[in-house]
Amino acid sequence: MITAKKVSKEYSAKLALDGVDLSIPKGSIYGLLGPNGAGKTSFIRIMNQITAPDKGEVYFGSELLQPRDIARIGYLPEERGLYKKMKVGEQVLYLARLKGLTTNEARSKAKEWFERLEMSGWWDKKVEDLSKGMAQKVQFVTTVLHEPELLIFDEPFTGFDPINTNLIKGEIQRLNENGATVIFSTHRMESVEEICNHIGLIDNGTVMIEGNLLDIRKHYKDGTFAFTTRTVIDDWGGHEVFLQREDPMGYLTVLKAAEFPKELVISLSQKGELVAFEEVLPTVNDIFIEIVKNGPKPWNHE
Amino acid sequence: MSNPIFLIIQREFLSRVRKKSFILVTLIVPVAFAALIFAPGLLASMPEDSKRIIVLDEPSLLLPHEGKEQYAIEYLDPRETNLELAKTSFRDSEYDALLYIPSGSNWDPDFIKNNVLLFGKEDPSMELQGYLDYLLEQQIDKAKLLKNGVDPEIIAQIKTNVTIQSFTLDDEGNDEQSAVPIKMALGYFTGLLIYIFIFFYAVQVMRGVMEEKSSRIVEVIISSVRPYQLMMGKIIGIGLVGVVQFAIWIGLSGIFYTVISTVFFPELFAEHAAAGNAAAKIPGLDVIDMLRSIDFITISFGFLFYFFGGYFLYSALFAAVGSAVDQEADTQQFMLPVTIPMILALTTTMSVVQEPNGTLAFWMSMIPLTSPITMMARLPFGIPLWEVFLSGAILVATFFIVVGLAGKIYRVGILMYGKKVTWKELFKWLKY
Repeated sequence: MITAKKVSKEYSAKLALDGVDLSIPKGSIYGLLGPNGAGKTSFIRIMNQITAPDKGEVYFGSELLQPRDIARIGYLPEERGLYKKMKVGEQVLYLARLKGLTTNEARSKAKEWFERLEMSGWWDKKVEDLSKGMAQKVQFVTTVLHEPELLIFDEPFTGFDPINTNLIKGEIQRLNENGATVIFSTHRMESVEEICNHIGLIDNGTVMIEGNLLDIRKHYKDGTFAFTTRTVIDDWGGHEVFLQREDPMGYLTVLKAAEFPKELVISLSQKGELVAFEEVLPTVNDIFIEIVKNGPKPWNHE
Repeated sequence: MSNPIFLIIQREFLSRVRKKSFILVTLIVPVAFAALIFAPGLLASMPEDSKRIIVLDEPSLLLPHEGKEQYAIEYLDPRETNLELAKTSFRDSEYDALLYIPSGSNWDPDFIKNNVLLFGKEDPSMELQGYLDYLLEQQIDKAKLLKNGVDPEIIAQIKTNVTIQSFTLDDEGNDEQSAVPIKMALGYFTGLLIYIFIFFYAVQVMRGVMEEKSSRIVEVIISSVRPYQLMMGKIIGIGLVGVVQFAIWIGLSGIFYTVISTVFFPELFAEHAAAGNAAAKIPGLDVIDMLRSIDFITISFGFLFYFFGGYFLYSALFAAVGSAVDQEADTQQFMLPVTIPMILALTTTMSVVQEPNGTLAFWMSMIPLTSPITMMARLPFGIPLWEVFLSGAILVATFFIVVGLAGKIYRVGILMYGKKVTWKELFKWLKY
């Protein structure tokens, strides 16, 4: 959907993006992750053509990104807001028309969304009379109303209350199932881990790692296994145990093993001690810290 | 897809025109204008809250004036009373003030002038004091003249008041009665109006930019349109608000003027007009002739051109200022340098109308930041066409340059939060 090639952007002698290569697959839910100031927003603004890159190209589909592509993108910025004095309905129509919809198209689509999110009574209210949660819903509707092929959410869940967060996560997943590509940009990596299937990790303006989330997590797995047993077990067959504590289900033991600890699993099951067992994949956060500390782990193509 | 700039213009225009404050301002201004025109006449024609004064005039200085004063004056007979008695009776009376003019030992005018006393139940008004001063000075002057053996009549005859009739001689040799005072007034007034209107609407542009920035909607909008389009749309939309407001004002002022003058105060208006004519009728000068020498068509077009030229120029600057700051309070450091040329133009308008073809007037009407006001002030005097066109061309050219630069600052500024911006920084933004 989006392919960035060697994109660089400089702000007053600070390199915000340094030769960024990214590719965001069509139909994916893509997590654009990295700490604050990593360059995420700079990249998003380039996709939205708010700024232009100093160097490099961005492709939308197979063609270079063009001004008219803005109608195919829906963008919810981190710094968001609405005209306070304007009525909700008018505002939604205005923003949709700026994206190229006709008034009638915009109105019928807005009515659908208002019904869907139970906000039908708000049409003639002024934004300043809405609660924060209500304004967030309006903001969300303005982002998706023109049925964009690409949805970009910058820090989507900061400032949204938990109820709206769930509602909107659900709506975003539905839009994704209907074909929209979704980009989440956030520094709170754990918050999108469950819904993203692709991620790109950015730090200091460069891409640290990018790809299918599951593949990445598999690639970075470090032989950590978690056992939950009914009683305290002392003999772990010489494996390095680095966590042992009581657990609602019994006793949790986390250890490292160079290979899959088949013997342990069998013996514990035979003893009737094993309640649960899993291999612990590193979280995105862990991977990020690992990469920042030790650099990316080379892929060995097997 | 229609050009989004039209959508922006439409929103900027409608959202302002539909506001209650717009309707209020639009209606109140003509009323205030009408009030300004009529209030002095009305006030003058209102019966005075008449003050009543007792005068104890020992030297009979005011006697020749008895009965002609603006105030109800009761003269006490100096042979029957003295200051102490007068004070006592004044205290119990309904009179507002007691004026005591002593005669001294030998009616010496210099003694009298230093010893006049005024007693009041409350502080006597400036107006009353001024009037009495004037009255006494006149009489004392006369007394002094008489004392020195000069007939006051002769002095009155000697006083001269020169009235020069001036004409402008055009190329065909026709002479037109020149109307310098009217032209000066017109120049000053239209220059002032331009100043007020440019400020009024340009500040609205700045506020609009700041509103979009502080409500954070701006990033959503510029993900749909170019920042430059948003800025220009706002400037044009608010400019159109100005056009509509002008049109309504002109229409309403006309209606108010007609209605008030013919329906409510027909006699007063007749008097007012008569008084106005009388005042303007300096012997030999004909107001109609004078007005005919003023090119109102040029002035009207000039007004529209310089209003819009000045408005566009300054609103672009103000938009840049609005984009660079987070709060209204921070605008001061940028506003001052931007507005100094305008203020300078306004403060020099007096000298410009006194010498409309002087060096100062010429250069100030070429410099684009001052030309809308200064050239407007000069226009009634009939400025060579090439000067007008040159100044107009410079203004338009500058506008395009400034809009380009302002657009660059604007583009960066609207996305910059929580940073106290300095001038140095603004110049850096120009290079982004």
